[in-house]
Amino acid sequence: MIPGSNDRSLLADLPRLAILSLLGLLFLMPYIWMVSVSLKPLDEVWRASMSLIPETLAIDKNYGRVFREVPIGRYLLNGAIVCAGILVFQLAFALPAGYALAKLNFRGRETLFAFVMLGLLIPAHVPAIPLYIAFAKTGVLNTYAALIAPSTISVFAIFMFRQFFRAMPDELIQAARMDGLGEWSIVWRIIVPNAWPAATAFAIFSVVAHWNDLFWPLIAVSGKGDLATPALGVIYFRTEEAGDDFGALMAAATLTTIPLVAAFLLAQRRFIEGITMTGLKG
Amino acid sequence: MSDLALPSALAATAPQADRIGRGEAIAAWLLTAPAIIAFVLMLLVPTLAVVAIAFTDYELGATSLRFIGLANFAELMEDRGFVTSFRNTAFFVAVTTPASVIGGLALALAIEGGRRGRTFFRAVFFLPVVSLMVAMATAFQYMFHPTIGPVNALLRSIGVAGPNWLGSSDSVMWTLSIIGVWEQVGFNMVLFLAGLTAIPRDLYAAAEVDGVRSGWSRFWTVTWPLLGPTTLFVLTITMIRSLRVFDIVATLTQGGPNKASEVLLYTMYTEGFTFFRMGYSAAITVVFLAVVVVLMLLQTRLIDRRVHYG
Repeated sequence: MIPGSNDRSLLADLPRLAILSLLGLLFLMPYIWMVSVSLKPLDEVWRASMSLIPETLAIDKNYGRVFREVPIGRYLLNGAIVCAGILVFQLAFALPAGYALAKLNFRGRETLFAFVMLGLLIPAHVPAIPLYIAFAKTGVLNTYAALIAPSTISVFAIFMFRQFFRAMPDELIQAARMDGLGEWSIVWRIIVPNAWPAATAFAIFSVVAHWNDLFWPLIAVSGKGDLATPALGVIYFRTEEAGDDFGALMAAATLTTIPLVAAFLLAQRRFIEGITMTGLKG
Repeated sequence: MSDLALPSALAATAPQADRIGRGEAIAAWLLTAPAIIAFVLMLLVPTLAVVAIAFTDYELGATSLRFIGLANFAELMEDRGFVTSFRNTAFFVAVTTPASVIGGLALALAIEGGRRGRTFFRAVFFLPVVSLMVAMATAFQYMFHPTIGPVNALLRSIGVAGPNWLGSSDSVMWTLSIIGVWEQVGFNMVLFLAGLTAIPRDLYAAAEVDGVRSGWSRFWTVTWPLLGPTTLFVLTITMIRSLRVFDIVATLTQGGPNKASEVLLYTMYTEGFTFFRMGYSAAITVVFLAVVVVLMLLQTRLIDRRVHYG
């Protein structure tokens, strides 16, 4: 709270560190218990003790049950496929559009940008009903396409890339034109390679959002399909397989949480930058 | 948060500019075409359609539909389920927003207050943002389990009989709110950290010269006024995020017990996709959209007014 006093002694810093550690521990409790219970046999779970360390390990029982009864690997793969599919389209649509809105002069630019701003007001839940009806009529439900298509357009990505490209010097593009590069080569050879910082930030934001999304997969995929994303997978396992088997349930929860959390711990700075930079306008 | 407006004056002679201009326009439309098509198909038309459907009695599988004007909205007003749902959502927003905004600010100040452990603590509190909420909700379900959960075990050990957190209609919204705060506070913390770093250091030195000595008064004279725009921004996006509460309800309570945890999006989901009453569900969507839009416009207006503070 006191800037400039960053170099104070450890002793003076101790109260601050103690409070933060205590709160931090409180925040980590769900993770700690999740992993702890996933290692415990059922009788220990039901004993309602507050001990975190299992007396006997039930790793193979709990995790084994998850692997035996649900295609958890398939769910994780589905998550990866859906996230990758969404991201590829989002970038392919938003990057060129963002560049055009930022750097090219054409009639209608302001109108298009007004639509982008309008789109920013609409939460992703709003178009769900008509999309569902249209997908049901055309038989697209229960496919990867149904999971991916509604998210292929991100007005937010267009907005972000537009802001990013506006900060890019015009001389770069002018010089390329002087060298005789066409508009298409300019995009492909100058704009795309220069957009990496914004693209990475957006990619992290997008993957986190769609890996964790439950709302749309719940609508687009029904029955015990092979198309479940990780979030859906956990729901299926909860309701159908493991009602009160908390050990197995926590094992499933741990397995589906690990990929993103691991990625976050490996590239913490990028994650925080990406999610906040993009989340700022979202 | 502000626009980086660069002057993009292209100094070219008139005929040349004309030729370049036409090529540029064609390129621009080609480059924006995929985005425009996807925008129209996936966002614009469905959004207009949802508003239209809200004025009909459409049910999935029905052969006909009628325009029934405002009847769906009139029914919403009468529907005790919807009124409960609206009230619960308002409760959730009213509890989680202040708690996670103030909590986020407090954490940011505490982390910024010293050099040690910055990266570590930032990561710890940010972790919920990247975690699969469905999975974490399951962990919370265990923690808040009335008989075997560690929370009530702890309470029992100090002689308190804990509530049936998620299973009783008196406590369920509070319990969901606790989880909501846990989920959101780290995100707000990071936004406040960014806001704090943007405050010029010499302002603190100047305040010191002017006799502002304690950390407390330094906060109220320098930090708080300069964080104004950040706070306003964090406040609105937290409200909108809270308004969208769905995952934890769908995972933990399905709106129960006895509708005590029905929230807007969950009611919209069950009406539309369990009972297939599309018209009614669309009306709920329209209410939801209206609230979100009002909040966003309010924020934009306030920020426009306050942005010239310095």
